[in-house]
Amino acid sequence: MPFANSPKLKNMAGGIKKFIVGSFDDEKVLFPAVKNVRRAGYKIHDVYTPFPVHGLDHAMGLRETSLHTAGFIYAITGTTTALTFMSWVFTKDWPLNIGGKPHFALPAWIPITFELTVLFSAVGMVLTFCYLCQLSPFVKKHHFHPRATDDLFVMAIECTEKTNESEVKQFLEKSGAQEINVQVAETGWWIGRYDREQKLYREEKGY
Amino acid sequence: MNNQFELPGSYKKWTWGLIVAGVLALLYGFIMLHPFSAPAHGHGGEHSGSTRFWAVLLQNSVYWLLVVNASMFFICVTTMAMGGWQVALRRVPEAISSVVPVLGIITFIVLMAIIWGGRTDIYHWLDKEAVANDKILNGKSGFLNPTFYTIWSAIAIVLWWLLGRKMRSLSLESDKNGPMDYETGKKWIYKNTVWASLYTVFFGLTVASTIPWLWVMSIDAHWYSTMFSWYTFASTFVSGMALVALFIIYLKNQNQLEYVTEEHLHDVGKFMFAFSVFWTYLWFSQYMLIWYSNQPEETKYFVERIGTAERSGPYKGIFFFNLIVNFLCPLLILMKRNAKRNWTLITFMAILIIFGHWIDMYQMVMPGTLGAHAEMMPFEFGIGALFIGVIMWGVGQYLTRHSLLARNHPFLKESMIHHT
Repeated sequence: MPFANSPKLKNMAGGIKKFIVGSFDDEKVLFPAVKNVRRAGYKIHDVYTPFPVHGLDHAMGLRETSLHTAGFIYAITGTTTALTFMSWVFTKDWPLNIGGKPHFALPAWIPITFELTVLFSAVGMVLTFCYLCQLSPFVKKHHFHPRATDDLFVMAIECTEKTNESEVKQFLEKSGAQEINVQVAETGWWIGRYDREQKLYREEKGY
Repeated sequence: MNNQFELPGSYKKWTWGLIVAGVLALLYGFIMLHPFSAPAHGHGGEHSGSTRFWAVLLQNSVYWLLVVNASMFFICVTTMAMGGWQVALRRVPEAISSVVPVLGIITFIVLMAIIWGGRTDIYHWLDKEAVANDKILNGKSGFLNPTFYTIWSAIAIVLWWLLGRKMRSLSLESDKNGPMDYETGKKWIYKNTVWASLYTVFFGLTVASTIPWLWVMSIDAHWYSTMFSWYTFASTFVSGMALVALFIIYLKNQNQLEYVTEEHLHDVGKFMFAFSVFWTYLWFSQYMLIWYSNQPEETKYFVERIGTAERSGPYKGIFFFNLIVNFLCPLLILMKRNAKRNWTLITFMAILIIFGHWIDMYQMVMPGTLGAHAEMMPFEFGIGALFIGVIMWGVGQYLTRHSLLARNHPFLKESMIHHT
């Protein structure tokens, strides 16, 4: 990594890496391609698809997400918050006689407890998901192909020191890629405009 | 798969073992409990034997009939929703629903014996004098009377059977010819959808409303709850899905159902999980509506079960045991994705859910009939075994006579590549 310590790139979160990008126009071609690329030992950085593709995560060998475990923890936090807050309010802080019911009126609190459980887990999971995917307003990430949000399946293969570029290109072509190119890209996120990434490259020597 | 499934010896042994155990329990009931002696007045005491006999038969026949009937409901709603994922396992709920006529006849005999045998200890509203002097029961007598009860029960059971049979025969007919072309398939699916809709509408008019009011809720004749039928439906539907899961796992262990994978098990597990939560929602809502709206006369149902603050009722243990088995266990154990894809864990949970809801039906029937004199002895379990044996026998008959794969169903491919 030639510019890992470059002062100008310090506010970029990841690092700059070189990728060989293959674009596919069919899901049916993409799946065997992903399998072949992995079998050949190349490192897949990520696959960008216009819509969620069932089973692609398994084909890419990604581990199961822990998002639902986080969701469970948020949910029980919501349950505890609701129950402790209501029991404190209605028994200690401001006990009221409501229709002669006991102060500790558990049945009446169940709906609210349920709502808070759902609210905590839903909001918590959305925020966690955004954090894991590095999604946020004003945050930008490199786009490997503009048509990845339209009709192309884009596979980015990360180049290491040992990677033979022309070999990878040939391999992708054989696997049925429609477009193949080499891109040097920031792997992390940055704040600002998209062209900031390109400006930064231009100022660096060697690329 | 051309080889017809044959029942292994152990299946037959268990089937007949359970039936023999059940018949022994029934004989014990006939000899020791004097089922045809006159009902004792008030709640039981020493003469509650005959009440116990009919109450246990009512609990088991209604519960198991509604459980096997839930299979056909599952087939019909998935058909109407154009659900393709269930085609690979479709013959299993079909086989279970084929037991409906058998259990329907048994249930009808039990109900008629109660109604025309004048069992006022089971249904208080059968007592004409009591109804005449009782404003509430008098007001309900247009609905709660032996004639209407008999006719509507008969219509319900016969139509469940006939509409279900139509759905099964449509499915079996498709086996005879080769794969369907687009037009034939479209017509066939449309035909299925029409019959499934008819069944579902009738299901709504019976299981999801009138039938539980008549058969079970009228035990506590003064009390009523708009939640009750949905509660019964949720209880029996989740048990029905558990039963489907058990048979799928059994057949899978016998190297059948080659296209059924973890993906299908996952979806059946989701049904078990979701409808356990749905049951709890109704369990709680039924209680809360009465508690919240301050209607003392409506608390009777719960006082009979959990008692009051001063004196705890005889069914308090069972009532809350219910919540643990039917809500907390499914919620916590089935929540994780891996749990729903684990054949052993689903087997365990399915048995637990079926048992839990059997106990639930027990605490729906017993407090209003036997009060504090209900028992949980070999007789109760024996009658339960009898019904399980009959279900196993009926399902076995269907599974050995028909192909286990609806091989010409237009959605079969969708089911084979199903991915959850």
